[in-house]
Amino acid sequence: MKRSAAATGAPASALPTARWKPLEIAFWLLPVAAYFVFPRYLTLGSQIFIAALFALSLDLIMGYARIISLGHAAFFGIGAYTAGLLARHGWGEPLSGLAAAAAAAAAIGLLTSFLVVRGQDLTRLMVTLGIGLMLYEAANQASSITGGVDGLSGVEMNKLFGVFAFGLNGKTGYWYCLAVLFLVFCFARTLVRSPFGLSLRGIREGERRMPAIGVSVQRKLIAIYTIGAGIAGIAGALLAQTTQFVGIDSLGFPRSAELVIMLVLGGTGYLYGALLGAATFMVLQNYLSNLSAVYWQFWLGLLLVLLVLFARGGLIGGALGLRRRLMGKRI
Amino acid sequence: MTYALRTERLSRSFGAVKANSDISLAFESGARHAIIGPNGAGKTTFINLLTGVLAPSAGEVYLAEEKVTGLAQHTRVKRGMTRTFQINTLFPGLTVLESVVLACCERDGEGNVWWHSASRAQPQIDEAHSILAQLRLDRDAAMESRTLPYGKQRLLEIALALATRPRVLLLDEPAAGIPAAESAELFGVIAALPREVSIIFIEHDMNLVFKFAEKITVMVGGSVLVEGPPDEIARDRRVREVYLGEAVHG
Repeated sequence: MKRSAAATGAPASALPTARWKPLEIAFWLLPVAAYFVFPRYLTLGSQIFIAALFALSLDLIMGYARIISLGHAAFFGIGAYTAGLLARHGWGEPLSGLAAAAAAAAAIGLLTSFLVVRGQDLTRLMVTLGIGLMLYEAANQASSITGGVDGLSGVEMNKLFGVFAFGLNGKTGYWYCLAVLFLVFCFARTLVRSPFGLSLRGIREGERRMPAIGVSVQRKLIAIYTIGAGIAGIAGALLAQTTQFVGIDSLGFPRSAELVIMLVLGGTGYLYGALLGAATFMVLQNYLSNLSAVYWQFWLGLLLVLLVLFARGGLIGGALGLRRRLMGKRI
Repeated sequence: MTYALRTERLSRSFGAVKANSDISLAFESGARHAIIGPNGAGKTTFINLLTGVLAPSAGEVYLAEEKVTGLAQHTRVKRGMTRTFQINTLFPGLTVLESVVLACCERDGEGNVWWHSASRAQPQIDEAHSILAQLRLDRDAAMESRTLPYGKQRLLEIALALATRPRVLLLDEPAAGIPAAESAELFGVIAALPREVSIIFIEHDMNLVFKFAEKITVMVGGSVLVEGPPDEIARDRRVREVYLGEAVHG
């Protein structure tokens, strides 16, 4: 069986494999090291992991299936409120809370996917935006349940595994968020390298051809949109559980827009771009807003414009392009 | 007699323009059937109607004597009818191997497998390699489709279609835009396909048509003008007047 591949001289890179590259392993050791090097920034660390998970969920639908969404915070918010409300009303076990949040967000994702997959780019943009706005106002109106603009407080979490309390020092939250991020990342990584992931890339690269090789594009898009919604729900739940509060901004348009910025900053369609973009965004936000609380978005905007103009494909795309150019020169 | 593919008074209008009117054609299994005609004769519209890219205004399509008129494109492919495109419609960012493996996996219902990497879909990978070898693309397996030379992209068009294991293969100007020497080679590859596959093709190069087709349908102005074996078509006065006349002037 191996013979045919060997005879053609095709390198293994013709198809994605499951093997982890050294650079990937090094990447995942960074947050472990950061725990010891920056012990005073554990809360920021958790926030980065949550943003990264959220960006990862958008990358699956935008980077792989090319569904542009401006309302992805809807699912983040649904997850946050699900986990928050459960804990507020006495169900404070974190892992089942996460599962419930994922299920709720995925269910709404599935329901709305039928509207989203129908149209083309602009239609999708508007439909996702519209759904996001509607959910925001619904949460605002239902203030007896959600707390409205004051937010949902009184979220009381049990100890993780009955042992680790979510304390103010943020240690439990840090490892909890990192572990969940890593596990979901492994799932996403497997998914995008699988035959199903290959089909998604097929839709991204040549949507018109897919029906001509016997594929129902709609079904695939519905599946990935639902999965992306579920993961966004997990990210929202992590925020509710670790901060023990749900603000209505978790559903808002600015969060959806920021998310797109994070992903474009890092580069779409690499998974790692989502992580890198979220981390860069959060660190910049933290650093620059300390300098000037209002003005920091100026620098973010500038960075975004420069990246889109001169390093297409974001940080990862830019780095790959640079490497290709350097290698080219060496040869 | 059961036909591989048959149409009954198939018609399609765009506003006042009748792109296809009352086309009733039957293609035997194992056919090597060319559809020719001047530009605007409605040949590509016909293929779009057969494959479900367009819905007909009237008429029916039967695949192996089963009505498929209302079925979606991808369902007709599953039933055994696959097309290629006149303008390359590939997956530019996928490698050649990835593209064909994708089509093989989808055909086998493996396209929703998410729990292992595509590099472990061994039967599909092996078959993809053999299809690529058949089309002399084996050395380009690891190339991104967008970086292939144009002629090889035309071959990949056919490779993707073959990966669906069609019983009826519709080729829309397979040799469009490639030099004569290469197009003869491309038709050599097509000629070598097994007889289980019925082949219907649109082609402008009359040398290729008369060399390769066993039956020819001439379309003019959205209708069938005449149908017959190549020698009859070559002798047919109306064909020479209408078709060749237009080609000379047009």
